[in-house]
Amino acid sequence: MSKVDLAQFHKAFFEESLDGLDAMEAALLALDEGSDDPELVHTVFRAAHSIKGGAATFGFSDVAAFTHVAESLLDEVRSGRRPMDKAIVELLLRSGDTVRDMLARSMNGEPVATPESQDLLAALSAMVSGGTAVPVAAVAKAAAADDVEGWDIVFRPFDYLLKTGNDPARMFRELEALGPLSVTCDAGKLPALDTMDAETAYLAWTLHLAAPAKKSAVEGVFDWVDGDCELSIVPRVAVKAEPAPVAVAVAAPGAAPRTTRESAANSESSSVRVGIEKIDTLINLVGELIITQSMLTQFADGVDASQLELLRHGLAQLTRHSRELQESVMSIRMLPISTVFNRFPRLVRDLAQKLDKKVNLDLRGETTELDKTVLEKIGDPLVHLVRNAIDHGLETPAKRSASGKSEVGTLRLEAFHRGGSIVVQVGDDGAGLNRDAIVAKAIQRGIIASGEGMSDDAVAELIFEAGFSTAAATTDLSGRGVGMDVVRRNVMDLGGAVAISSVQGKGTTFTITLPLTLAIIDGLTAAVGSETYIVPLVSIVESVQLKPDMMRSVAGGGELFRFRDAYLPVVRLHDVFGCEGRRRAINEGIVIVVEGEGTRIGLFVDELIGQQQAVVKSLEANYRRVNGISGATILPDGSVALITDVTGLVRMQTRRRAA
Amino acid sequence: MNQPASSAIASETEAAVAAQYLTVNLADEEYGVDILAVREIRGWTPVTRIPQTPHYVLGVLNMRGAIVPVLDLRLRFGLIREEYTATTVTVIVTVAGRNFGVVVDAVSDVVEVAPSEIRPVPDMGTAVETEYLKGLTSVGERMVLLLDVDKLLQPQDAQMLEAALPSVSDVKAVA
Repeated sequence: MSKVDLAQFHKAFFEESLDGLDAMEAALLALDEGSDDPELVHTVFRAAHSIKGGAATFGFSDVAAFTHVAESLLDEVRSGRRPMDKAIVELLLRSGDTVRDMLARSMNGEPVATPESQDLLAALSAMVSGGTAVPVAAVAKAAAADDVEGWDIVFRPFDYLLKTGNDPARMFRELEALGPLSVTCDAGKLPALDTMDAETAYLAWTLHLAAPAKKSAVEGVFDWVDGDCELSIVPRVAVKAEPAPVAVAVAAPGAAPRTTRESAANSESSSVRVGIEKIDTLINLVGELIITQSMLTQFADGVDASQLELLRHGLAQLTRHSRELQESVMSIRMLPISTVFNRFPRLVRDLAQKLDKKVNLDLRGETTELDKTVLEKIGDPLVHLVRNAIDHGLETPAKRSASGKSEVGTLRLEAFHRGGSIVVQVGDDGAGLNRDAIVAKAIQRGIIASGEGMSDDAVAELIFEAGFSTAAATTDLSGRGVGMDVVRRNVMDLGGAVAISSVQGKGTTFTITLPLTLAIIDGLTAAVGSETYIVPLVSIVESVQLKPDMMRSVAGGGELFRFRDAYLPVVRLHDVFGCEGRRRAINEGIVIVVEGEGTRIGLFVDELIGQQQAVVKSLEANYRRVNGISGATILPDGSVALITDVTGLVRMQTRRRAA
Repeated sequence: MNQPASSAIASETEAAVAAQYLTVNLADEEYGVDILAVREIRGWTPVTRIPQTPHYVLGVLNMRGAIVPVLDLRLRFGLIREEYTATTVTVIVTVAGRNFGVVVDAVSDVVEVAPSEIRPVPDMGTAVETEYLKGLTSVGERMVLLLDVDKLLQPQDAQMLEAALPSVSDVKAVA
């Protein structure tokens, strides 16, 4: 039997441990806010214990040793010998970070111990009361059952053992079946050959079984010799030198259930954990689909006119089931936004502490679901916005009191559905944008010539310009030159948009609008000449038919039309895309008013065909990026239609005007 | 023969194993396409035009759910475009993991050509710029020009792509 390859379990261990750390952090933050729920301490303890056990099993002794000390400290709190105070929470939070770091290093096969981890270990050890070295046995006991990496067996048969019909060699073979076995024979009692009795057992053995076999399995081998020998079976635990003192043997072995799994949905990984009800829905739908399909197959064998109605019915059913199936499959990719929001309590706490500000984080709509791809990419922009809000937005407590506000600032993170999109808002009740500072900066950077006559919204938009940062001094929190332009670009890459609204003295709110999914869009199909283009529904404001007298032309050949209170430029799609439009006169075609980056333009097309869901296909996979086109889709007749990139068209229009 | 299409040249030097070429007709000449690069052959169907492309890129078509660009070999070689007929076909080739379609007048044959039978292209009066050719060979009485498929969509397009890219990032930076 080959040696069990533990490496195959490493990934599961890392994922589980990261889950555990997340749970630990969440509980610690709750404790930090003054909660005295004893269950929280237990949660933290269990997480630490599970990580220790796993680390010991898989031979990450540094991690095991570190978590062991943290666990000892926790045990003191748990048993009421020490109150949970801010210092401990802080220390444990930092320990969590260190363990995360250690795990990451282990995962990459780098050396695990760092100066920081050593310092922290010392701090933890100092905090744990008592001073005696930890008895290894205690650890062994604590770790038993789930942390065993092997067994040390001393087998010393009484001299009559062989006469009972037992054969040690056979027993060793049985042991070997449990894992790699090393055997040392003690032949000290072996007499001289002439006095030796062939049926007397003289030998004794020390065995080491290097496999985490069950205790019962190991003991089972010796069942038949029970009472006929001296036998000691001791588990070997991976935790080696335990630098930390511990007052009491830690937790009963069985009492370490991996309850950290409760937080399973909170972890980010390449796998998607899906709710069972979603799978069930899918299974049902596939079942229905099969039924409809076989129904249609039967009819295909002998269709005559009278059965046509049934065929139509079957087809309608098939269509409906397929659509539902598609929606269900898509929903599997959806995860609650809490997976992203969860990192903020910690971030906000640390930032607030660093900056001496008081911040109350208000998280709302955490169950709002988003496509996994979108979720993964929205994290960084959100972190940036939150950092900005705390660093630049919220004032110091003193300043806040001076302006008659509560000392504690509020940072609100909210997610909700609106139409076919997800809206994520980051709002603070801070000082709001400083119009004068922004204008001055923009002038200094050469972005604008003067702020005269600019609306507040237009000024606010300036912070999205590349290289813009109003922070007087560069702090390590924000203002590293990676600015709001990156946030906007990231969001736009996801097919979303960022808007800002700010009231001086009242606060700033960023509103990010994101598509539910990147894979399917709702689009309006429009004909231009012989071509069909798809305009994403999210960016459409309205479609209008213009009369010639609503048009104005401007110098340089641009066309404007009056839309509500504004004049918007007309972009003739047949010109931009270089195809033959059938309609030339403005009153013959249709103008679709679209909005991108807060700018509206009118797209002139021949006619509107209809609305449809489009599965987005990449043009770049086989070709390359094309300006004004965001992708392609396949129409019901099998032909290809291009999807217009509204933001791209708006930019092309703005550039053309600037040129 | 297990060489990937893109390393067809390597296969020539490696051993004197005959390679198979799909021959296609184009303006009274016969061209050979390494058969390992050929993904499928389909009758001409209209494609969807794409803006801002060189004139020889006709557009894109739907190949079982993938969007594949199609170029007209006549236009690529600077020949006069012919009306598409019943024999006009789109040969879909795969080069370096990317697919594209090549529209030719007709497909003709599959021929086996040993590396030793491939001769360099003399700088002569073929209608085609020699940079797209790997060499030429004769099959019986016919002369077959072996196409270097890798270069059909590649070099000029790569340049164009490079030229286009800064402008794309410009646009982003302005945002």
